[in-house]
Amino acid sequence: MVSHPAVSQNVHATSPPLWLLAELTYRCPLQCAYCSNPLAFTRHQNELDTEAWFDVLRQARAMGAVQLGFSGGEPLIRKDLEALVSEARQLGFYTNLITSGVGLTAQRVDALAEAGLDHIQISLQAADPELAQVLAGSAKAHANKLAMAKAVKAAGYPMVLNVVLHRHNIDQIGDLIALCDELGADAVELANCQYYGWAFLNRQALMPTREQLLYAEAETNRWREALAARGRDMSLLFVVPDYFEQTPKACMGGWGSIFMTVAPDGAVLPCHSARDLPMAFPNAQETPLKDIWYQSDAFNRFRGTQWMPTLCQQCDNRDKDYGGCRCQAYLLTGDMNATDPVCQYSPDHGLIQNLLAENAQNPHDQDALIPRNARQSKRLQAATAELIHRQ
Amino acid sequence: MSQQVTSSHQDVYQLRRGWRLQWEAAQECHVILYPEGMVKLSATAGEILQQVDGQQSVGDIIATLQQRYPDADTLADDVVQFLDEARTNGWLAVKEAQHG
Repeated sequence: MVSHPAVSQNVHATSPPLWLLAELTYRCPLQCAYCSNPLAFTRHQNELDTEAWFDVLRQARAMGAVQLGFSGGEPLIRKDLEALVSEARQLGFYTNLITSGVGLTAQRVDALAEAGLDHIQISLQAADPELAQVLAGSAKAHANKLAMAKAVKAAGYPMVLNVVLHRHNIDQIGDLIALCDELGADAVELANCQYYGWAFLNRQALMPTREQLLYAEAETNRWREALAARGRDMSLLFVVPDYFEQTPKACMGGWGSIFMTVAPDGAVLPCHSARDLPMAFPNAQETPLKDIWYQSDAFNRFRGTQWMPTLCQQCDNRDKDYGGCRCQAYLLTGDMNATDPVCQYSPDHGLIQNLLAENAQNPHDQDALIPRNARQSKRLQAATAELIHRQ
Repeated sequence: MSQQVTSSHQDVYQLRRGWRLQWEAAQECHVILYPEGMVKLSATAGEILQQVDGQQSVGDIIATLQQRYPDADTLADDVVQFLDEARTNGWLAVKEAQHG
């Protein structure tokens, strides 16, 4: 049998997804100004029901996905979380719960363990309750997080603590690491927020200064040495905002390459930020996941190198950074086909340099943060509609 | 950050809590799964790790595999070298050090 070379090449070019991010809900008790959910999250309030999620899990697993993140919003809001974990675990997924810890109780920690949950990642906003309240909009959340981190550890789970860093908490980095150490974390992610969704909206108020970054990185290294010296096995991952880099990140390991997000309403996305791009995404309630992954325009759009600007096509890094992040290209240049402006060779790299120059002058202003909540989401959508109407 | 280790034939290992060995049909290989990550294993690595059960000592594992592959003359060294690496990577726990 003679196969058509172009077709067979295409079939081999796309490997199955390895990661499924199940965003169970956009509802959340916290209001973090750096949330990665879309600004217009209130527009997508119809959540998949339990059976629909079971179907998504079965399809994704059959395709080869093996790492599964339950996220949101706050996934603990879903009463069927235990049932979903149980089904996922039986299918052979490695199940990660990515949570703020709000809504967690010691009983629920045990129930989730019984359902087969493999790992819980809890996020912390700050090292002290006062700042945590300013950042997350909840007075009780911080104390509950600490209690639940202890319960998670006591139940025998491996525990990763995650802190999103920004201008207002990054100087606390030493206290944050000390707190994670005290809570018994196995690993700590100290990740500066990347500027998408609400974090893009609040970028000016969130971006740390270069001096803050250098201090935080040095402090992290000092802690690494101190932990190693006393034989404490707690890894520290420090991530700088990519605006400060010269080469763009290999976003999601390449568009439609290993990662698939299913949003609360069933929209299927190549990453959880992609919803803000000016393109249509298929829905798991209408189209089989397999067809979406292999056949849809949305997932094929930025695969390979054909779509790339000439600059990227001719660059030796095209198979390493894949032209950078599509969402970032769109947010900064208005063109989702452009080279990621983080790249030093991008014709738009000056945009980043200007932002960094302005950033050094920005005031340190917590009050400027716009909280991520339904009221602000609706206000922003109305403001956008108004703007379009005026044009 | 883990210290370099050397396994003795008496050591008894099990997978670290929260780490899982699994055959993945889509990848056609064994994988190690852990919080938010995965490592694909070579056929040899998969074979060795399948023997790590919290019961067999390193010496037992070598004997089991030697029986299966009598012609592999560097097998004992290969097994120790791989288990050292696996332990350095944080995949394994020493059985006696486990609580509960």
